[in-house]
Amino acid sequence: MGTNAGTGHIDARYVADLARIELTDAEAARYNAQLNAILTYVEQLQEPDVTGIEPTAHAMPLANVLREDAARPSLDRAPVIKNAPADVDGIYVKVPAVIEGEES
Amino acid sequence: MQYEAVIGLEVHCQVKTQSKMFCGCANRFGAEPNTLTCPVCLGYPGSLPVANAEAVRKIVAAGLMCGCTISKFSKFDRKNYFYPDMPKNYQITQFDLPFCLGGQIPVGGKGFSGQPLPEKKIGITRIHMEEDVAKLTHLGKASAVDYNRAGVPLMEIVSEPDMRTPDEAYAYLTALKQVLEYAGISECDMEKGQMRCDVNVSVRPLGRAEFGTKIEIKNLNSFRSVHRSLCHEIPRQIEAVEAGEKLRQETRRWDDALGVTIVMRVKEHAHDYRYFPEPDLMPVTHTDEQIEKIRATLPEVPFVRRDRFVTEYGITPYDAHVLTLEKPLADYYEAAARGSANPKQVANWIITELLRVLGERGLTIRECPVTPAHMAELAGLVGGGTITGSVAKSTVFPAMLESGRAPSEIVKEKGLEQVNDDSAIEGFVTQAIAANPKAVEEYRAGKAASIQFLVGQVMKLSRGKANPQAALPLLKKQLDAG
Ligand SMILES: [Zn+2]
Repeated sequence: MGTNAGTGHIDARYVADLARIELTDAEAARYNAQLNAILTYVEQLQEPDVTGIEPTAHAMPLANVLREDAARPSLDRAPVIKNAPADVDGIYVKVPAVIEGEES
Repeated sequence: MQYEAVIGLEVHCQVKTQSKMFCGCANRFGAEPNTLTCPVCLGYPGSLPVANAEAVRKIVAAGLMCGCTISKFSKFDRKNYFYPDMPKNYQITQFDLPFCLGGQIPVGGKGFSGQPLPEKKIGITRIHMEEDVAKLTHLGKASAVDYNRAGVPLMEIVSEPDMRTPDEAYAYLTALKQVLEYAGISECDMEKGQMRCDVNVSVRPLGRAEFGTKIEIKNLNSFRSVHRSLCHEIPRQIEAVEAGEKLRQETRRWDDALGVTIVMRVKEHAHDYRYFPEPDLMPVTHTDEQIEKIRATLPEVPFVRRDRFVTEYGITPYDAHVLTLEKPLADYYEAAARGSANPKQVANWIITELLRVLGERGLTIRECPVTPAHMAELAGLVGGGTITGSVAKSTVFPAMLESGRAPSEIVKEKGLEQVNDDSAIEGFVTQAIAANPKAVEEYRAGKAASIQFLVGQVMKLSRGKANPQAALPLLKKQLDAG
């Protein structure tokens, strides 16, 4: 279950389930192979010696990129709702009912 | 066997700001649905978040108010999940490096159920920043989504599993709300969804160190429902354990109408959020100087102020508790008590008279027609013997409420000064004795309490102005002589 980048193993079906994507058996097998190949490729990053190097999530040594707390006008509702696949009376975005706890 | 409950709370609070956490849409409750959105909070591809400096400052302030350590280095992370309340399919949050760590909030006094609470400190594990999610309304086979709330700054305050009773959980929530309101960090209005609470509760035999199986309760819409759900859930778990049942880790939903908790999901279905560092946001650092600068802007913590009121003004811990519940009231009391010779009486007047009248009229202390200085003056007039307590209550205070004028002016204008002069009081005493032969007879027959009735008659005849301390010996003198 789950991923293990260290050994390059990934369970495509589980990851698809987390992403709410349905896979056929053939797709699951194909993606499993492809994702494992990708992870094996990325695994090369394990090779360089990184002792003494600070782990970071960013390439730039920047911090505190913040904005002042000021409100500005938002988008008009009509075009926003028009971008949604479905709507309720042009007011709400309409989605298939997903009750938390009943999802798979 | 004796059991005890172990309770921990996760509280979500919206942070009071002008704009949302990562975009310039207004942070405002009650707007028309889907009118406060933009490409950032709708999660459009290519849009980039920029963190709101004021929201960060307020979360740090919340941490300082709760005695937390502020992290010198914090970062944002993505919590991945697929639910239509988050258009990006991930929520920006803080996983391993939150803004605030390790605080505490003291509780005590009288519990919600009326029982006294042990004085104790409830630990706070961490306070981290999150963005709020959209509001879903379920309509049968479909759900309607309003994204106005999506991206509103939210903080999650995680407590240690330090509470043992529903009363302690209630007291912790009350104290937390008080702290956040004091510092203007959140309005904490549960009805507007600005404060929300999840409960973790387990039971274990008293004296055992290991925890029992943890059960989470969701859908708690008020402090009262937190209390009620625990009053239901703790005995339910104890019964199950007693019956030899093996409890599962699960999430239960509180049904307020039925007064029960119902299983929502069991642990096997627990989410796997795949947290990873948010690449679109840079880390946030805080130096000691910056932290101290924020600390300097904060008001006194309510429980510190409560204790100070007790020592500085000599009022009871209970009165101090009542007076510090809300900052505007504590400010009002302090403005009146500071420099007053009668701080205890000032507290009495505010608690028994002023709060009652404000309650009846539906006014807040900010809308109070009586200034703190006038309140102090009134207590001084009574304490110094210028007017009697009875005249103050029946005539002066109501006139102050109506006119907002100074009590000394009202007293002078209406001639309400206390009558201390024996010869003037003697006249009232003679009248009272003449008009109440029955009470006089009873007193002479040995019923000592009858003299209190006669003192009351003297007060009535003098329209409350006679000094009752002076009237008593004069009454005795005339009765015993006659
Ligand atoms: Zn926005």
